[in-house]
Amino acid sequence: MSEFVKIKSVTEDNYDTKTIAFETSFEAKPGQFVMVWCPGMEEIPMSLSSTGKVKSISVKRIGPDTEKLHQLKAGDTIGIRGPYGNGYDLSDGRKYLIIGGGIGTASIMPAVEASGADTIIGGRSERDLVMRDRAEKAAKNVWYSTDDGSFGFHGNTVQLFREKHAENHYDCVVACGPEVMLFFLYKACEELGVDCQLSLERHMKCGAGVCGCCVMDGQRVCKDGPVFTKTQIAQMKDFGVQKRDECGRVVKFRKG
Amino acid sequence: MTALKTAVGKVTLENPGMVASGIMDETGASMVRMLQAGAGAVVSKSISTQPKAGHANPCFTEVEGGLVNAMGLPGPGIELFGEEMAEAVPHGNIVGSVAGGNAEEFTALAVKMEEYGACAVELNMSCPHAKGYGMELGTDPDMVKSIVSAVKSAVSIPVWAKLTPNTHILPQIALAAQDGGADAIVAINTLKAMVISPEFAKPFLSNKFGGLSGPAVKPVGVRAIYDLYKVVSIPLVGVGGISNWRDAAEYIMAGAQAFQIGSAVLTDGPEVFSKVNRDLEKFMKDYGYKSIKDMVGVANE
Repeated sequence: MSEFVKIKSVTEDNYDTKTIAFETSFEAKPGQFVMVWCPGMEEIPMSLSSTGKVKSISVKRIGPDTEKLHQLKAGDTIGIRGPYGNGYDLSDGRKYLIIGGGIGTASIMPAVEASGADTIIGGRSERDLVMRDRAEKAAKNVWYSTDDGSFGFHGNTVQLFREKHAENHYDCVVACGPEVMLFFLYKACEELGVDCQLSLERHMKCGAGVCGCCVMDGQRVCKDGPVFTKTQIAQMKDFGVQKRDECGRVVKFRKG
Repeated sequence: MTALKTAVGKVTLENPGMVASGIMDETGASMVRMLQAGAGAVVSKSISTQPKAGHANPCFTEVEGGLVNAMGLPGPGIELFGEEMAEAVPHGNIVGSVAGGNAEEFTALAVKMEEYGACAVELNMSCPHAKGYGMELGTDPDMVKSIVSAVKSAVSIPVWAKLTPNTHILPQIALAAQDGGADAIVAINTLKAMVISPEFAKPFLSNKFGGLSGPAVKPVGVRAIYDLYKVVSIPLVGVGGISNWRDAAEYIMAGAQAFQIGSAVLTDGPEVFSKVNRDLEKFMKDYGYKSIKDMVGVANE
């Protein structure tokens, strides 16, 4: 159902990311998402960056729709549809490592807070690392990677994962971030024999599992995902290779 | 499961439930998945001549009793859709749904669908929210007749006409389709509908209006099939709000040879097909119906 709720607060996470908090009538789990809209923008899917009584989305400014969301203030009304998707499952007592790449950190943060599991947050540069306070409050071990070495480990999250896994031997990795990161993370998990749950993204229209616009090899990202297990991802020919545009045409990530 | 076997004219279906157009049917892999879930056929996304992005989001919302959508017929266009058909057709019956803006477009699209191996072609003359398409053509009996007859003269696979309930002359339109040579009537498409956000004092959908589907429209669809059964002599396919065996049985008893399921894929998942198949067969056994044919139209007698 669509809800139209008043924004409780807007906080700046960094130079290009804001967290918009609100309350909804529904409950949600870590890893679920909502469709977000207000007049003047296209409705877009956003991961919930908080899933308690007060919920939030964390919006990186990347285009006209996220720019519109950045203009909203406390007290403004926002349209929220959801919650959609399956969410992460960290309930089986295994040893988890949680990884957030860039704004993908918004999706994993509720799972970090719910589990206290070891966490890696990665970004291009120090100024791109978000939600450090929340992660450090919830988890005993939080490590950082930056592509330019301006903070923490100099390199990407997958390289840092290999290092930390060698020390700590994780059973399962939970991650959200750019697909190229998830692709190489998946390859590393295969190689190291580590299980994984990865949150994926595709162009969405209904968000609720009927229209089929977001399918990857017949799996609906909005309803069967967005979090997929290693076994499911192993069956996906699209993963890391191609997506579909708003017309349903195949778009390759890389040539050749 | 032979009791569930049915036929819509020349198209034989092992199971009477098909996936309605617009539901998990834009890619080859998703059509295969739905066939494997127990659908007797998958009706493809309605494909147009050119690639279409459809309407901007928001184009969908749940409402009390169903869904309202205005997808706006997104699709890759008929040329590229050949690749999706090639993946799906070896796995079962694919009905190619097409949405043209006139008789020539419908004909060219249908010819392509036949080439791609569709077991039948379904003419979308009923989408309520795509300008220049769907019900804008399908509420004019003369237009319906001319489109159907043009398509019929160009293809050898069965031609089904999917009609809209957004008219008071549905029986005349169905008769026009029959006169044009249609092999079956599919009814109903969604009911034209709107959702307004009082907070924003605006319609919620970018297209302003869309189509209502789901449980709320079932009695409308059942009535439509009941009426059409008295009027036309070609087979009927019932669609609108089916999510369980009882819904399916209502449509069959109203006069449908087969049925389609759409919105229930949201609430029940692709598993809705195996559930309806199993429960319908149990009902038939309990009440002494040996085949779908024995049930078709009995509520009219």
